[in-house]
Amino acid sequence: MQYEEILHRCFRCGFCKLPSDYSDINCPAYLRYRFESFSPGGRMWLIRAWLDGNIQADARFQEVLFSCATCNNCVEHCIFPKFKDQLLNAFIAAKAALVDEGRLPPQVRDYLTRLLEHGNPYKMPRKKRGNWASELGIESYAGQEYLFYVGDVGSFDESGARIARSVANVFRKLGLSFGILGEKEGSDGNEARALGETELFKHLAERNIDVFKQLGVEKVVTLSPHGYNALKNDYPELGGEFQVFHYTQLLVERLPAIELPDSPDFAFPRKATFHDPCYLGRHNQDYESARQVLDLLPGIERVEMKRSGADALCCGGGGGNFFTDLVSSGAETAAKVRVREAADTLGADMLGADKGAGFLVTACPVCTLMLEDAVKSQNLDGRIQVREISELVAEQLF
Amino acid sequence: MSAYQALVDIVGSDRVSEDLVERYLYSRDSGAQPAGQADYVVLPKTVEEVQQVLRLANSRNIPVTPLGGGLSLSGLVVPRRGGIVLDMKRMDRILEVDEMNRYALIEAGVSQGALREYLKQHHPRFQHSTPEAPPTATVTGNALIQGHGHISPRYGVNSDMIGGMEVVLPTGEITRIGSCSLDEKWFTKGPMPDLAGLFVGWYGTTGVATKLSLKIFPKPAFREVMAFQTDAVDLLPEAISEVMYLDMAEDFFLIMQEKPDWMNHAFLVVIVSGHFKEEIELKKSAYKNLFKNFHGGQPIGFVRDLHPALEKRFLDVPPLAALAADFREGGGFQYTGAILSVDQVPAAWHRGIEIAHQYDMICSYVHQVLQGNSVMFGFNYSFNRGDEKDIERARMALEDSNRVTLELGGMIWKGERPAQQMVLEKMDPNTAGLIKRVKALLDPNGIMNPGNWEVP
Ligand SMILES: Cc1cc2nc3c(=O)[nH]c(=O)nc-3n(C[C@H](O)[C@H](O)[C@H](O)COP(=O)(O)OP(=O)(O)OC[C@H]3O[C@@H](n4cnc5c(N)ncnc54)[C@H](O)[C@@H]3O)c2cc1C
Ligand code: SF4
Ligand code: SF4
Repeated sequence: MQYEEILHRCFRCGFCKLPSDYSDINCPAYLRYRFESFSPGGRMWLIRAWLDGNIQADARFQEVLFSCATCNNCVEHCIFPKFKDQLLNAFIAAKAALVDEGRLPPQVRDYLTRLLEHGNPYKMPRKKRGNWASELGIESYAGQEYLFYVGDVGSFDESGARIARSVANVFRKLGLSFGILGEKEGSDGNEARALGETELFKHLAERNIDVFKQLGVEKVVTLSPHGYNALKNDYPELGGEFQVFHYTQLLVERLPAIELPDSPDFAFPRKATFHDPCYLGRHNQDYESARQVLDLLPGIERVEMKRSGADALCCGGGGGNFFTDLVSSGAETAAKVRVREAADTLGADMLGADKGAGFLVTACPVCTLMLEDAVKSQNLDGRIQVREISELVAEQLF
Repeated sequence: MSAYQALVDIVGSDRVSEDLVERYLYSRDSGAQPAGQADYVVLPKTVEEVQQVLRLANSRNIPVTPLGGGLSLSGLVVPRRGGIVLDMKRMDRILEVDEMNRYALIEAGVSQGALREYLKQHHPRFQHSTPEAPPTATVTGNALIQGHGHISPRYGVNSDMIGGMEVVLPTGEITRIGSCSLDEKWFTKGPMPDLAGLFVGWYGTTGVATKLSLKIFPKPAFREVMAFQTDAVDLLPEAISEVMYLDMAEDFFLIMQEKPDWMNHAFLVVIVSGHFKEEIELKKSAYKNLFKNFHGGQPIGFVRDLHPALEKRFLDVPPLAALAADFREGGGFQYTGAILSVDQVPAAWHRGIEIAHQYDMICSYVHQVLQGNSVMFGFNYSFNRGDEKDIERARMALEDSNRVTLELGGMIWKGERPAQQMVLEKMDPNTAGLIKRVKALLDPNGIMNPGNWEVP
């Protein structure tokens, strides 16, 4: 297995499951299960044990491996500089080895099968990919400056599509020259890669790369940080060299040129706290774009959660878990802990129910949906509202 | 009903496992000791659950091994005779911090990192004594093994800081110790017979602690590090004694590393702290003067330009001491914590270097001075977990270090089972007999962490 040589170097000291102030659990898989086996160090030891033939790839081992939300907290916080950067790669390599052997949790198998057979996990026909935009009359990509790449969640999930529409509307208002692929778009494959399905990832990526090339795409702006990550970091190895942006990065550049209303829709300041999506933050070190966008909005007062930036607690939706539910089910999940943290942060200066709840803002359709669910299940609806940042911007622009 | 099913009935299926994956992982720790065999792993959330688990185990003679952070490194959390590993980290609530009466009341699974950060956030004028262990270590596990922290040179070892406990006896009774046994007050563990002593230093063989009250201390606004350097190892006892006599150090430890060359000296690291800048300056000049006048000022010199990285390492609480685990690029580290009288430091110093060389290792020391009565002399061994021979070498080095410790009249702190046997063999038979009687009284079926403090 690739990265095998680092496995025995893990001391199981556990820095990797914490944020930098050591205050709490920051590995969503360990937080959900609380057995050491689900911690990053536990994974290191277990993968080694499996390769050495001391344990089998039984259902529990599969659950351990595939519950990793690929949030990169362990990479960020392991204290051993000589191998920390390879931790997540090792976990993905182990998943890849299990995929090769066909030993997968049923939910993962199901997800990958749907992706393979339908080109998306929603089992939707390809020709419906552009439906999210049907009432907007967005142009198909034909040499505009940017290709707006929407991805599976934005294309097929009802709430994801709502977010995709708000981003597209904001782009228009900003005068961005962009087009979409509609039915020519394919899944970005980020989750397939994270789940160790390397061949499927390659297949999906190469297909997108071909389409992009045929259309002469140079700049791509993505809706989701997951797609942004795959296109930016993994496509180049497959010959897909494009300039890739997350949409918040374009908003930061262009929003200042637009005149925003002095007073927002809501006639009083709202507190807002930003939840860093892992694939924007820890994976790609962009902690600022979305915050700068928030700061441009009138009537919004940004406050920080204790765990933010490189210390942000993942929503638990990465690594395919948004679809497989391994980490997001159960009494105590990262998303539930996260929304409570947000409620505490926003609630400290609560303005009172009549004046409206504080905003938990994020910049990722997966995070948005995970956190929205958690807010409901924790009965926090009255106190916080989850907002994708494009929706907040749209509210001010229209 | 199977034991597994009975455990599921107590804690629910999400918090018990008999899967191979958990059994494998919970059968070993990060040190050099051989693996054991866990049959079940249980994550209790309440004292009642602990109580029911112990009642079940006691009625069926199932061994129980309590586990905190599992970072004591000497196999104390490795189940030697099968049974249940009770991972206490799910009991992680900080229940109360009383500034006026200076204690923090916590559940047994609260980590060092969590308590430290909680105090910083909510009670910034206070701190607890924090070991150099990774922040995932539990406060309770550390206090129960008589650990020591960054203010121990001033205030004593961490077990001395216990202000009260809730424990579940092996037979299932929930018992409170200290003022909390009279009232919901957790400020002191006495005056009454020192029952906390029935659980401190026993490595989980007499019961399971579920709550702990721990003293908290003022956190001075200013903290600075001073380092002194010497090759006159034979003068160390006198130097240690004088530093402690001045009674102005918050923390005081000795370090040495054979490589790189510039670290190949004995460094005396003194941390001074104070509420006022003037206080710090006074303390600093007192220590500088001490060594200026010590044996004519020659043998021990003040390190003027301490490298910023070292300064940070010395001032960080906790520091990244775990980095030692990658010295041999192999994720392994264990040390003999020799509790030595101060006068024995030079002899141990020389013997430790010999042992390291005998096993082809580079000697690296960190020793903490404990209130002037003793030194926790760390014979440190990093090893490569991927190389069985290297692990075996570390084990042999540890064994030699344990032997040297006893030869020098010292005691072995948190010793692995073979070390405990060495101690018991040397111990006054009446003392060993008392240990045996206390254990039999509290744990009639011998279910608790068997193999530890086992008097033949
Ligand atoms: C790099 C490094 C540096 C270290 N530096 C220090 C240091 O400076 N000072 C220091 O004191 N230690 C140090 N240690 C040793 C050790 O890690 C700490 O003492 C640590 O706090 C032990 O706590 P733990 O939770 O890991 O205990 P564990 O290893 O989990 O348990 C220790 C013992 O207590 C028992 N136990 C645990 N919880 C309970 C409970 N609730 N009820 C009954 N029994 C229980 C266990 O069965 C075991 O016998 C260091 C370790 C490392 C790896
Ligand atoms: S992955 Fe790194 S931080 Fe985590 S337990 Fe292993 S060595 Fe420690
Ligand atoms: S990537 Fe995230 S979920 Fe996966 S092991 Fe690391 S910290 Fe845990």
